[in-house]
Amino acid sequence: MYFSVENLSVSYGNIRALHDISFNVNEGEIVCIIGANGAGKSTTLRAISRLVPAHEGSKMVFQGKDLLKLPPDKVVTELGISHVPEGRRLFGNLTVKENLTLASFARTDDDAIQRDLDRVFTIFPRLKERMNQKSGTLSGGEQQMLAVGRALISARKFMLLDEPSMGLAPLLMADVFDALQEINDEGTTILLVEQNARLALQFAQRGYVLENGNMVLEGSSKELLDNPEVKKAYLGG
Amino acid sequence: MDVFLQQLMNALQWGSFYALIAIGYSMVYGVLMLFNFAHGDIFMVGAYIGFFVSSGLLALNLGSVIGLSTGVELGLVLVLTLIISMLLNSIVGMGVERIGYRPLREAPRASAAITGLMIGIILETANLALLGPQRRSFPELIPTTTITIAGASVTNKKILIVIVSLVLALLVHQFVQRTKWGMAMRAMAYDYVVVPLMGISSDRIALMTFAIGSALAAAAGILFGIAYPVLDPNMGILFGWKAFVAAILGGRGSILGAALAGFLLGFIEIFVTMIFPSTMRNLIAFGIILIILTFRPHGFFGEPFSAQLRL
Ligand SMILES: Nc1ncnc2c1ncn2[C@@H]1O[C@H](COP(=O)(O)OP(=O)(O)OP(=O)(O)O)[C@@H](O)[C@H]1O
Ligand SMILES: [Mg+2]
Repeated sequence: MYFSVENLSVSYGNIRALHDISFNVNEGEIVCIIGANGAGKSTTLRAISRLVPAHEGSKMVFQGKDLLKLPPDKVVTELGISHVPEGRRLFGNLTVKENLTLASFARTDDDAIQRDLDRVFTIFPRLKERMNQKSGTLSGGEQQMLAVGRALISARKFMLLDEPSMGLAPLLMADVFDALQEINDEGTTILLVEQNARLALQFAQRGYVLENGNMVLEGSSKELLDNPEVKKAYLGG
Repeated sequence: MDVFLQQLMNALQWGSFYALIAIGYSMVYGVLMLFNFAHGDIFMVGAYIGFFVSSGLLALNLGSVIGLSTGVELGLVLVLTLIISMLLNSIVGMGVERIGYRPLREAPRASAAITGLMIGIILETANLALLGPQRRSFPELIPTTTITIAGASVTNKKILIVIVSLVLALLVHQFVQRTKWGMAMRAMAYDYVVVPLMGISSDRIALMTFAIGSALAAAAGILFGIAYPVLDPNMGILFGWKAFVAAILGGRGSILGAALAGFLLGFIEIFVTMIFPSTMRNLIAFGIILIILTFRPHGFFGEPFSAQLRL
């Protein structure tokens, strides 16, 4: 198994956000997790990145390695897992170029970094034009591009994406998802969480449904798109 | 004119101490959103480390051992004292971060501030307990000579102190602006939480921030010892508070801002005492700073954002 999660539980103080959820991702796949506001989607990704601690008894294994033994920076550098966080979280006081450079902080393979940078600029030519602009002054769409580009530089085996569609006009959204498809075609496995269930299920091969911190359904995207409960709750009838 | 020039040098020297200490305050505040109220006492520890290192080096008698003239020997001792003490004090600073502050990363900022005050008191009283209440006199590393420039007499010490301070301030500024570690510090100042997603250990960046600030504080301590060769365990308290004010005035996380504000504070204090009775020094100095902050609430170079500390 490429990536597996078993009985993952997470709490914020006394509030339990995830209840023993289990799921897995195969190499090269695009998998999505859909769910309403507050279902625990972002929390799931934060737990994988070790930004929030998991309860005792939770298990997460990536390519045979115990992910819960690593601090967050090592999840990126040793396992190759990158994370585009909710709300993008760019360093708004740094330029586009600096944001991208910072993402290569721990890497020493200079030639490969340059190749990855060139790749990012091929996918998002707009970023190249804005190299010396402070990222805080980019438009929402440009910010999303930079957030994805930055993640690609930091690590490119397995990418966690938290609501990449948020705040984007339909046309831009299509651009971003085309870019994500391209990134996946080049070998990056993707775990996507989305409130926009239709979009996510059209993009992914498989999906999971999270409800109040519980994994309640799983299946191929087609199965979920056809599922009457999913239709009723997440696809607007 | 000559009186003015002379006082200008005094102000620059006095401001040098504030500037070097303020930079460390400002960096920690910038990167970790933390007022490190122990920083004045880290300056005091740095001065004492400088005292012991220089006394030790002088006792080695390098001059007669490897055949150096007295002048060269003293110069060598001064340079070695600066380097060794800055290194040792950076270890002290990292210890304070690791033991005192790291367990409180998620705690309310007020708890961390109180911790700083307590660490400061611990450093002062530990010094008192270990070394006793008597003051120490800093060894004379530079024999004083007086130079006359444009009718004003200036000592070689003052010139050296000001130059060393300016060079150190500029070096740290370049480090923060140009290196990837500096970039990581600036990123952390903006959004603390997601820095690890870039593959960067935020604990390491925190340690590095304390190390640099403490090294500058040690330099300040040694330069102070050269100018005013009397050390006592409480010497860091007032300096600490004033440098803290300079750090805020300079703007959160701004190295040049902190340095500039430190020198400004030095100027105000020296020139106020030139005109008014010295009892009015702090009254007028802090009055002026209050007025500046009213018009520039983020300080000279502070950017109007505060750090993102939560998910
Ligand atoms: N930093 C936090 N502190 C306390 N509680 C939190 C925190 N972040 C999330 N929660 C709580 O945990 C639960 C899950 O939140 P999470 O952000 O994972 O939801 P989500 O599925 O991503 O929602 P959305 O679609 O709105 O982004 C919610 O009840 C939320 O209130
Ligand atoms: Mg969310």
